[in-house]
Amino acid sequence: MPPEAAQRVLVVGATSAIASEVARRFAAEGARLYLTGRTAARLDAVASDLRVRGAAQVTTDILDVTDRGRAAEALRRAWEAYDGYDIALVAHGVLPDQAECQASATAALAAIDVNFTSTVALLTDLANRFEAQRNGCIAVVSSVAGDRGRQSNYVYGAAKGGLDRFLEGLRNRLHRAGVSVVTLKPGFVDTPMTASLRQGPLFVSARRAAAGIHRAIGRRTDIAYIPWFWRPIMLVIRLLPESVFKRLRL
Amino acid sequence: MRTYRSWGGYPRATPAGVLPVLWRSEPPALGRVTGLVLPYACGRSYGDSCLNDGGLLLDVHRLDRLIEFDTEHGLLRCEAGVTLAEILALIVPRGWFLPVVPGTRWVSVGGAIANDIHGKNHHRTGTFGAHVTRLELLRSTGERIVCRPDDELFRATVGGLGLTGLVLWAELRLARVPGAGIAMERIRFANLDGFFELAADDHRFEYTVAWVDCLARGRGMGRGIYLRGDHAPLEPVGPSPARPTRLRVPCDAPAGLLNHATLRAFNTVYYHARLGARRQATVPYAPFFFPLDGVGDWSRLYGTRGFVQYQCVVPDEPGEGPIRTIFERISRSGEPASLAVLKRFGTARSPGLLSFPRPGLTLAVDFAFRGRLTLALLDELDAVVREAGGAVYPAKDARMSPESFRTFFPELERFERQRDPRFSSSFWRRVHAA
Repeated sequence: MPPEAAQRVLVVGATSAIASEVARRFAAEGARLYLTGRTAARLDAVASDLRVRGAAQVTTDILDVTDRGRAAEALRRAWEAYDGYDIALVAHGVLPDQAECQASATAALAAIDVNFTSTVALLTDLANRFEAQRNGCIAVVSSVAGDRGRQSNYVYGAAKGGLDRFLEGLRNRLHRAGVSVVTLKPGFVDTPMTASLRQGPLFVSARRAAAGIHRAIGRRTDIAYIPWFWRPIMLVIRLLPESVFKRLRL
Repeated sequence: MRTYRSWGGYPRATPAGVLPVLWRSEPPALGRVTGLVLPYACGRSYGDSCLNDGGLLLDVHRLDRLIEFDTEHGLLRCEAGVTLAEILALIVPRGWFLPVVPGTRWVSVGGAIANDIHGKNHHRTGTFGAHVTRLELLRSTGERIVCRPDDELFRATVGGLGLTGLVLWAELRLARVPGAGIAMERIRFANLDGFFELAADDHRFEYTVAWVDCLARGRGMGRGIYLRGDHAPLEPVGPSPARPTRLRVPCDAPAGLLNHATLRAFNTVYYHARLGARRQATVPYAPFFFPLDGVGDWSRLYGTRGFVQYQCVVPDEPGEGPIRTIFERISRSGEPASLAVLKRFGTARSPGLLSFPRPGLTLAVDFAFRGRLTLALLDELDAVVREAGGAVYPAKDARMSPESFRTFFPELERFERQRDPRFSSSFWRRVHAA
């Protein structure tokens, strides 16, 4: 594929297990990738992997989304590097310790910041750039945890739930500009982030999750459950009346 | 879901903990962990060489990144947890192949080095370790050492069963191929003499191997199917799946499913079912090399007691020789043995101090594990192998004695000097009883 025809893909949080698996799929298609993350050595490891797998070009940059000033600057550099993007995948996030978030407002707010506030800041900037460009796709990794607040995980769930509403509105706004917004809602994925959780039959590999994400981005799906079986599961969970739901141990 | 068992399902072991290794730039501080450690990736070793009962496993399956592909010289550098399946999916469409592949794609590069694996082209190409040009080893002292083939530490690490440290990455020399196919020939032979006649032509083919029905007795003893082939173009070149197949054995089968009667029936059908005594075809490489990769977790067909694979190499003596004695012992024992794999190794010197391949005939047989009966037969076979000056393959072993191990691997003392004292395995503690 000649470089002009290669898709330009921006990946925020590129060293996460899911994001780097998705990036491998774009690399195999010969895409031009721009990766951001917090650790230079990790970014280098992911970048060289993607080059060997066929990426036409890979550029990396340090970006800590919670450092607003620098994040905005990094985003400007990224945008200028490839003169705009066909796809932006926003995949950064942390799974906070719920008990810690209950004990400390600081911990709760830090979790909300990484998973929601910082993403809002980033997406506000990105959305304006994509809107001006009048094409492209913004895909954001949310979570099934955003569909309902559960006692075991509601700070993370609240961040992702807030993100879902934000993306819903953004999709509505950018539709006229020809820009798609894809909300990705993975369930349990076997990654270092979920290593502390007890694994069950609903866990899937990062590779399988990435296949679903890559497909959803290709089809510009509005809201994609990853894998698909979470859609019916979460439908049932959302339909449970609150009077019943509050009694459950979830 | 990650489980930490060995491929044969015997023996079972429980590690005290698992330490995931995620980035080669952030190696674990092994000096600070308590207990003995052992690298673990795919769990495809059959016995207990990939188990560490009561110790710590260093899970490297996320060290799965490629680092550099020098297409001019055919050198691929990658992390230790990359599977051969992943490498083949990438390089075959570009006209390259791994220099050596075993009977399954689902092994890691680290595992291939630690067991100095061999394949159907051993008579021409030698072992996997002979094509490793560099590797980086993390020692428990925190030292990171890049080893090359002339280094003593390299020779200890290749075939060193993961006991010299943690391989972080390795560089492999690949082979150029004309395409994704194998021009193969399948020939039926009536007994062991038939095998020897065919094996005399081995040098004309890149790959040769034989499937032998080791339950057949009398004049048919050693009957089987000879497979040989060479790389060939294949049109159209389809992508090879980089994922395990969806067809899996979901749980352990009931005990006794694979018994003497069912295996005898299977072996007989397999021997006769191939239409015609000789057949030629060009096939995709995957079914030629990895026929059992089509069924995920097939080892579970052996039930909860699992199975043991016995693989030995014995000198290739004209006439009768130890291989015939081994066949006789197996067929007479009445132990349920599946199809066996028989191949003549080449004369290439293996690079590792504990490498298994050496000139001679190698035989691999699966036995459903039946406790004492199975163990008694295998001890008897060990005696034949010791007598003949051969060896038994540690990667497949779950039961050989320390005496046998010492006899089979005369460079053991040299190896000991390079071993990392903080690395150990269930296998090592068993065969190295102080």
